[in-house]
Amino acid sequence: MPTKIEKDTLSGQETTGHEWDGLKELNTPLPKWWLWTFYATIVFGLVWMVIYPSLPFWRGTSGWIAREAIVEEVRAAEARHAPMMARLREATPAAIQADDEMRGFALAGGRIAFANNCAACHGAGGQGAVGGFPSLADDEWIWGGSLEEIQHTIRHGIRANESDEQRMSMMPRFGADGLLTSAQINDVAEHVLSLTGRATDTAAAGRGATIFAEQCASCHGERGEGNREFGAPRLNDQIWLYGEGRRAIASYIHNPRMGVMPSWQGRLDPAVVNMLTVYVQSLGRVN
Amino acid sequence: MAYVEAPVRAFAIITAFWGVVGFLVGVVIALQLAFPLLNLDLEWTTFGRLRPLHTSAVIFAFGGNALLGTSLFIVQRTCRARLFGGDDAGWFLFWGYQFVIVMAALGYVLGITQGKEYAEPEWYVDLWLTIVWVAYLVVFGGTLMKREEPHIYVANWFYLAFIITIAMLHIGNNISIPISLGSSASYSAPAGVQSAMIQWWYGHNAVGFFLTAGFLGMMYYFIPKQANRPVYSYRLSIVHFWTLIFLYIWAGPHHLHYTALPDWAQVLGMVFSVVLWMPSWGGMINGLMTLSGAWDKLRTNAALRFSVTAVGFYGMSTFEGPVMSIRAVNGLSHYTDWTIGHVHSGAMGWVGFITFGALYYLFPVLWRKKAVWSEKLIAWHFWLATLGIVFYITAMWVSGIMQGLMWRAYDELGFLQYSFVETVEAMHPYYVIRALGGVLYLSGALIMCFNLWKTVTSSEASEPEAAPSRAIAVAAE
Repeated sequence: MPTKIEKDTLSGQETTGHEWDGLKELNTPLPKWWLWTFYATIVFGLVWMVIYPSLPFWRGTSGWIAREAIVEEVRAAEARHAPMMARLREATPAAIQADDEMRGFALAGGRIAFANNCAACHGAGGQGAVGGFPSLADDEWIWGGSLEEIQHTIRHGIRANESDEQRMSMMPRFGADGLLTSAQINDVAEHVLSLTGRATDTAAAGRGATIFAEQCASCHGERGEGNREFGAPRLNDQIWLYGEGRRAIASYIHNPRMGVMPSWQGRLDPAVVNMLTVYVQSLGRVN
Repeated sequence: MAYVEAPVRAFAIITAFWGVVGFLVGVVIALQLAFPLLNLDLEWTTFGRLRPLHTSAVIFAFGGNALLGTSLFIVQRTCRARLFGGDDAGWFLFWGYQFVIVMAALGYVLGITQGKEYAEPEWYVDLWLTIVWVAYLVVFGGTLMKREEPHIYVANWFYLAFIITIAMLHIGNNISIPISLGSSASYSAPAGVQSAMIQWWYGHNAVGFFLTAGFLGMMYYFIPKQANRPVYSYRLSIVHFWTLIFLYIWAGPHHLHYTALPDWAQVLGMVFSVVLWMPSWGGMINGLMTLSGAWDKLRTNAALRFSVTAVGFYGMSTFEGPVMSIRAVNGLSHYTDWTIGHVHSGAMGWVGFITFGALYYLFPVLWRKKAVWSEKLIAWHFWLATLGIVFYITAMWVSGIMQGLMWRAYDELGFLQYSFVETVEAMHPYYVIRALGGVLYLSGALIMCFNLWKTVTSSEASEPEAAPSRAIAVAAE
C-alpha cells in the first residue's frame, strides 16, 4: 500500500502515512511532561542505586543493610523494655501484683503475649472452647487459680512430658479398658447429671452413686466438688470441658481425652511467664 | 481470501463463559473470607483450593481466551492475511487451550498443585501448555510473516511480545522433575530464594506481559476502531513499547522486599518499578488521547465507555504499582488486602473492561450484525460493574491499610497493640462490602452474556462487509 501522509485538521498533526484495516496513526511528538517525568524517574533511580546496594558488587554509599536495620530496631525495642523486664524476671507474681507500675506493665505485655501464644487454644479473651480448652475467664481453675499455681502451670505445662514438674494426672479409661460395663457407665453419667439436679432416671442415678463413690470420688470428691491437687475438675457445676449432656459424659468416662498444655519455661522469657501469670489471673475470678 | 473466523467466534463465546465462571468463584471465595462456614468443611470447596481456581479462571481462562481470540482476529485484519495454518490451526489452539484450563481446574479442586502462585498446575499441564503456546507463536508469527501490509501494526508488536515472553516465563518458572511418570507431583528444580526469585520474575511479568502488554494490543485496535479516530501518537507507541518491555522484566523483586533476597536485588527491583511508571502511562496517553475530537462518542457508544474506563483504571493501577514497590510503602502494604485491591483495580477495571469493550465490538462484527442487541443493557452492565469495582477497591484500600497499621501499632509501653485475630475481626465488614462489589460485577457480566446472546440470535443482519473494512476517517483539509 502506498504511503500517503494526511493532515488531521482536528489535532493539526500528520499521519504516518500507513494504514492497517482502516487504522491510522498520527505522528504526534512525545508529550513534554511525559518525557520529563520519565527522565526524572531515571535520575531518581540512578541516585537511589548510588545510595543503596543495587548491584552484586555495590553496597551503596549509605551503608544500609536490611538485616542490620531490623536487628537495630529489635535491639532498640528490647533496650526500652530491659529495665522493667529485669525487675519482672526477679520479682514473684505476688510482688508484681502489689506494685502498680509492674502490674500495669505485666498486664499490657501479658495481653499481647497471651494473644500470640495462648489464644490459639484458650481463645482471644481466654474464653476457652469446648473440646478440652478450659476457659480462663471464669472462676473454675482446674489446677488452681492462685498466682503461684498459675505460674507453675504455665512454666511446666500439663501432661506434655516436657518438664519433670509438669501437672500430671490420668483418669482411667473405664470403658475402653473394661473397668466398667456400658450399663454401669450410663448409670455413673446419670449420677453425674444428678449432681446438678438434671438426672431424669433416678433409679439409674442411684445405682451410679455407688459406683461413683468407689471409682470416682477419690479424685472428683464425694459430691463432685473436684480436687485441684489432681486437676480433677468439679462436676457439680455447669462447666463442661468436653461438652455437656448424658452422651458426652458417658463417652468421656468410656475413653477420657486427657488434655495437654506445653511447658513454656524455656520457650518464653521468665519475665514473660510472670506477665502471663498476672494477666491470666486477671481474666477470671479467684476463689 | 476469507479470514479465519469460526475459531475466533468460539474464543469470543468461551471468553464470556469463563468470565462468568471466574467472577462467580471470586464471589464465592470472597464470601468464604467473610463467612468461613461457606468452606462447607469439604476439602474440595475450601478457600485454599478455590482461590487458585478463581485466579486462573479469571487470568488464564477469561483473559487468556480474550487474548487468543482478539489476537487471531486482529493479526489477520491488520496484516490483510489469512491465519497461518488456517481453520485447523485456529481450532487446535482453541481446544488445546481449553484442555489446559480444564486440566488445571480439576487439579486445583483435587488438591494437585506445585504451590507457585499463578503457576499452580503440575508438570503434565505445563508440558501441554508449552505445546499449545509454541503452536500459538507459530500461527501468530506465521501470519505476520505472510502479511500484505508493509509494516506491522502496533497492536501486533504488543501481542508478539506477550506471546514470546509468556513462553519464556512459563518454561523458566516450571522447570521441575516429576516424581515418576505415573505421579502428578514434581520437584522444583530451583529451591529456596532462587526459586522465590524465579517465581516472582514469572509472577510479575505474567502481570506485565499477559495482563498488560497483551491487553495493550487489544486496546490499540479496539479504541481507535470504536472512536473512529487515528491513534494519538506513533512515536509514543514506539517509545513506550520498548521502554515497557525492557523495564518490566526487571521489576519482579519488589514482590520480595524484606525477605532473604539479597538487598541489591530488592533495590534494583524497586528502581525498575519506579522508572516503569511513565512507560506504562504511555499506553494510557495513547488510549485516552486517541479520543481527542471524539469524546462525544462516550455519550452514545456504551461499549467505548468500557474501553476508555479500562484505560483509566490501567493508569490508576500502573501508578499505584510503582508507589507500592517503594520499600517503605511496601513495608505497610505487603501481605495486606491493599495488594488484593491493587490487583483487582487492574483485573476488574483494566483487563475486564477492555475485554468487555472488545466483546461488544466483536460480536456484531463476527456474526454480521448491525449492532449489539441492546445499547441500554450495555449501559446497565457498565454502571453495575463500575459500582462493583468501586465497592471492591475502596473496601480493600481501607481494610488493607488498616490491617497494615494494626500490625505495626504499639502501645505506650512499647508492646504490640493488636493480635492477628483482632485485625481479622476488624476487617470483617470490608470483606462483606468486597463480596457485594463482586456480586455487582458478576451481575453485570450476566447481563452482558444475555445481551450478546440476543445479538447473535435477534439483532438485525448487517450489509456484507467490504474487504478491507471501511477506513477510519482522518479529517482532511
